[in-house]
Amino acid sequence: MNKVLQGGMALLAPLIAIVAAVVVTSLVLMVAGASVGDFWSLIFQVPTGRNWVNIINQTSMIFLAALAAAIGFRMNLFNIGIEGQYTLASYAAALVAGAAIFPGKLNVLVALIVAVVVGALWAGIAGVLKVTRGVSEVIATIMLNAIAITIVGYLLSNHGQQYGQGRRTAPLPESSRFKGWQLFEKTDGNVWTLVLLAVVVGIGVSVLINRTRFGFDLRATGANEAAAVASGVNVKKMIVISMLLSGGIAGLIWMPALFGQAGYYGPTFQHQLGFTGIAVALLGRNRPLGIFFGAVLFAWLSEQANKLQLQAGISPSIVQITQGVVVLSVVVAYAVVQRWRAIAEQRALRTALDAGVKPEGVSAA
Amino acid sequence: MSASMLMEPTETRGQRRGRPTWYLYLLAGLVSVSLVRVLTGAHEIDSEGSLRAAIVSTCPILLAALGGLWSERSGVVNIGLEGQMLLGTWGAAYCTYWYGPYWGLVGAVAFGALGGLIHAVATVTFGVDHIVSGVALNVIALGLTTFLAEAYFADLDSEYGHGGAQQLTGLKKPLSITIPGLSDGASSLAQKHWFIVSDLAAMVAALTHRISIVTILVFLLVLLTGWLLWRTSFGLRLRSCGENPYASESLGVNVRLYKYIAVVVSGGLAGLGGGYLALVSSPGFHTNQTNGRGYIGLAAMIFGNWRPGGILLGSGMFGYTDSLQLRDPDVIHALLLLVGFWLLVFAAFRIMRQQTVSGIVLGAFGVGFLLWFFLTDSVPSDFVSMTPYVATLLVLAFASQRLRMPKADGLIYRKGSVG
Repeated sequence: MNKVLQGGMALLAPLIAIVAAVVVTSLVLMVAGASVGDFWSLIFQVPTGRNWVNIINQTSMIFLAALAAAIGFRMNLFNIGIEGQYTLASYAAALVAGAAIFPGKLNVLVALIVAVVVGALWAGIAGVLKVTRGVSEVIATIMLNAIAITIVGYLLSNHGQQYGQGRRTAPLPESSRFKGWQLFEKTDGNVWTLVLLAVVVGIGVSVLINRTRFGFDLRATGANEAAAVASGVNVKKMIVISMLLSGGIAGLIWMPALFGQAGYYGPTFQHQLGFTGIAVALLGRNRPLGIFFGAVLFAWLSEQANKLQLQAGISPSIVQITQGVVVLSVVVAYAVVQRWRAIAEQRALRTALDAGVKPEGVSAA
Repeated sequence: MSASMLMEPTETRGQRRGRPTWYLYLLAGLVSVSLVRVLTGAHEIDSEGSLRAAIVSTCPILLAALGGLWSERSGVVNIGLEGQMLLGTWGAAYCTYWYGPYWGLVGAVAFGALGGLIHAVATVTFGVDHIVSGVALNVIALGLTTFLAEAYFADLDSEYGHGGAQQLTGLKKPLSITIPGLSDGASSLAQKHWFIVSDLAAMVAALTHRISIVTILVFLLVLLTGWLLWRTSFGLRLRSCGENPYASESLGVNVRLYKYIAVVVSGGLAGLGGGYLALVSSPGFHTNQTNGRGYIGLAAMIFGNWRPGGILLGSGMFGYTDSLQLRDPDVIHALLLLVGFWLLVFAAFRIMRQQTVSGIVLGAFGVGFLLWFFLTDSVPSDFVSMTPYVATLLVLAFASQRLRMPKADGLIYRKGSVG
């Protein structure tokens, strides 16, 4: 199979998925008696300045969440606990930053380190349980999610400040906040400075997975564990390290919002990013670039959906259906494409063997 | 018949002889609970009201876990239970409003089964990773039920129910049964707070007074599942698909068909669990009503070692602690004593069997709980909601070696590609 065709097939699957998502979403809208035309014209309307700012900011957080999920997926680990990891890490970071032990931007750096460490350790529990006690990381992280969210709730209600209806951690000092960049009018809001964090982490992960020995071992373990063991990979160590990495990145998810806008952990904390990240990682095939496009798509849909209620009387939750269908149909499409590819390879092998030629790139097994 | 050789026996007879059997455990549990109740005076620990609340919280989790059992016994991991439950809540609410509560139950099962069918098409026909399909299904179901609720329920308002943007309340409930003489007698006996007798009486009272027929149906479904999957050739074939589909295939079992049946039934059961939430547990439907119970059901199933009895125990534990959050804080404090005691018992067992390290760790936890009990007067309610999760982690950490999941669980099956 030549490279061009392979590349074409890689793009074919997302294309099929988007078509399927459009069809299913339109069907649901029709069944509910809503205007299909209004919906799509609003979704594909050119975003306003404020929309652009929100899309960029949201993309950065979804991208980080998806990267965290992808690290696990690349070696067949399902870290469903990103939600708990970033909740706990965000709380811890906000707590430390709010205490303002260090001056100015040093405070930010310390808080970021705290976020990474807390997220990593929380995920590490699941990793250690898996390698020492054989506990499925799926179940362990689901349990750790619930525990983390409860702990944060408890700490917040017992040690937080009362703020309006809810509770929050002490707000950051002014010197530890970032102004961000004002791309449009002042009322449109700013792009958060720590959006850069997503860029840095994205490049870092990309290099780590594709250009280092560790990344090679990670991919090898994910692709064929038995072969990886045979070539000397310490799988247990790899599991713990990847869980730590995944959790560490998860810890950073909400940091752009904390230092760019929120200023404290409280009612404004954005939940569900962990689950969104998992879906986006699957959509982007666990590749940083694919994840980036997936994150933009999800952020775009969520942001544009906000107008639906007001301008067309359609519930914004419809885009969740679109998002879910995109994920499901993209994996179905990939599975089908892969099957075709396997059949084509087998056929090529058979004809080559029939011709009595040893085919290139195919091992004796 | 030959398919039975595929199954590895989970334990041999020799091992079983040395161990106390389940009814001894049950008796010991009852005595310890009663003892703690009498000693601490926390009578709410197993009062009629507590037990009824616990049963109501247990049922949805139990149904989800049972759904998980069907699916995973056929070799398909169903993390979409959450989504199937959500679909069930909507189906139950819609059908109850328009056709009455019994059609509501049918609607719950039908919508859940539809979710199961989607999962089956993705995983069995297209060979998609089971977890990916499940996660996507959960996202879709949450969006779909929220959207459909706003589209269909917002304007409803009549004697059959009161709608809102995110809810539909005041729905008619399925029938509740009270057995007149027995329930009153048991109730008054339970009030006496006698050792053992009152505990048993409270149990009888909870089961005979205002018990929903859906609850009875749920427990019948557990029995039915156990019988179908372990006592019939249908069940043997279905389980063989989860152990070694290629061997089943070689014996002429239509593996795909069995997986389809299992996953659709799984979705139907989870859907009924959602229906239970909307029609029995609470006064109506609201969006995201399951709130993670599908995942908890999955955990209860693993906790229960992929077996109906274990699932009952696991779901009961989650259900009981779930119901405790709304009740007397003294009970929670008394439970520390109970947990500490049992941890020490298990620690002793471990040390007797020369598993010294885990025995010591368990023992340390046990002493910790006892100290917590004696040094404090109350437990923050947040910690209560955490209990089942921590307990599950501990159980998995200390007993996971004895858990045995179906051998081909979660693996992608492709017809005729053995190798």
